This record gives sequence, structure tokens and C-alpha cells, in this order.
Amino acid sequence: MAERPEDLNLPNAVITRIIKEALPDGVNVSKEARRAISQAASVFVLYATSCANNFAMKAKRKTLNAGDVLAAMEEMEFERFLEPLREALEVYKKGKKEVSEQKRKDKEKKADSENDKSREEEEEEEEERMEEEPEAENDAEEEEEDEVEN
Amino acid sequence: MKMSQNTPDKDDQSSTNKKAISLPISRVRLIMKSSPDVSCINQDAVFLTTKATELFVQHLAVASFNNGPGKETNSLSYTDLATTAEEMDTFHFLTDILPKKILARDYLQSLEQMQEEDNDDDDSADF
Repeated sequence: MAERPEDLNLPNAVITRIIKEALPDGVNVSKEARRAISQAASVFVLYATSCANNFAMKAKRKTLNAGDVLAAMEEMEFERFLEPLREALEVYKKGKKEVSEQKRKDKEKKADSENDKSREEEEEEEEERMEEEPEAENDAEEEEEDEVEN
Repeated sequence: MKMSQNTPDKDDQSSTNKKAISLPISRVRLIMKSSPDVSCINQDAVFLTTKATELFVQHLAVASFNNGPGKETNSLSYTDLATTAEEMDTFHFLTDILPKKILARDYLQSLEQMQEEDNDDDDSADF
């Protein structure tokens, strides 16, 4: 959970890079403007979440899903995002599947030979692991269900 | 079989490329969860929100740059953003966190005027 207010900010370096890439080369973006855009992005996330949650609640669902987020974009009049978002989601889903298959292979391999070196590397990237693992688990669960159904 | 010889490190990197997003998903999820009434969020929904936030940052920056006087000075300022929030409907929800800056002198003047109008309507009409 968010313990400090800074936890609800997005990383400035990444925001700055996205701004720089969007604007023509050599445009000077003031520090104040960068901070404001970063805050605006956080507010955007909250606004989108709240809109999406309304759609989920209307459908009597407890879990926000991709469709809710897309519906929220439409409601917020950001229709221009819909196409790129759908494309990105497709690529993401495809990638996720490959990664989960990859992880399973790695796990099998690790079981065969305890690889201490890779474990140390993993500990260094704890934050990344926190992002990746729930996905992998979800996928594994989904796949197990599929197998049972088949 | 060839793929399984990659180290876990490399896998993480290639998956980041495939996702094509640069903002941290975990942070976006944290912000989403801080919203009241939200209990569970699907992984795809977090991904989409992250991607949407990136598109939003680009859109806000470009719209403000094109809308404001920045093209001549080759710069993007806070004022350009505040103007965009005020003028473009889709960015209206930002007016609370992107208030237009006014000089303290102007603010005090408008405050005085409002007080005068409250105290004595006839006087302010003469003014």
C-alpha cells in the first residue's frame, strides 16, 4: 500500500523521457512544467480508475478488467487512445504467454541444476520480480484450468 | 530448447521490450489501488492504464506545445499547460491541479473588489 505521498508519484525521469520523445528535438521543458505533467499523469490514473470502476460496479463485478479501462477512455473522451491501446494489449498478451512458457522452462531447468548465480541476480531485481511474478502465476493458473477443461 | 538457455536476466529484458511501455506497472497499480472502492484489478487493466498514461503524457505535452506560444521560443512552460487544461475539454479535469497563475497584486485587487461589492452594491457600481 502507499505509505508516503511520494509513492503516488510517477518517476520523473521516465515522465521527462516520454515528454522529450513526444516533442520536437531541442524543445526546452521547464522543471515546473515537467512536475505539473507528472502530477497530471497521476490524476489521470486516478480519474481513469474511478471511471473504469464505475463500469465494473454497473456490471456487478469486483475486478476491474481491460474492457472497463477501454470504456473509461471513451467516457473521458480519449477515443484517440483506443486503437493504440488495443494494439499494445495484443502485443502484451502475446509476450506474456511467451514469458510464462519461458519461465516454466527455466523453472524446470533450475530444478535440474541449482543455479546460484542467477538467483543472486534475481534478488538484485526484486522490484522487477514483484511485477513479473503475479503474471506468471496467473498464467500458470489459467493454463492449468484450460488443461482440466480439455 | 534453444530459448531455455537464456539467463533469467535476458528474459526480463526482452519482455520489457515486448511490452513497449516505460512507466513502472507496479507504481501505476499502487496509484490505482489508492482509489476508494477499488478492490481487485486485472493485470491487463493495469497494463492498459499504464499505456494510456503514457499516451496521455504525450498528448498533453504535444497539445500544450502546439496550443501555446512555445513554438517560437522552442519551450514548454507551466502556463502553456494551465491554458490547455482550461481551454481543451478533454483536459478540463486537470484545472484543479493546474490552476492558472495570477499575480498576487491582481488577486488582492479582485478580492478587494469582491468585498466592496458585498458591502455596498451602489458604491461598486459607481466605481
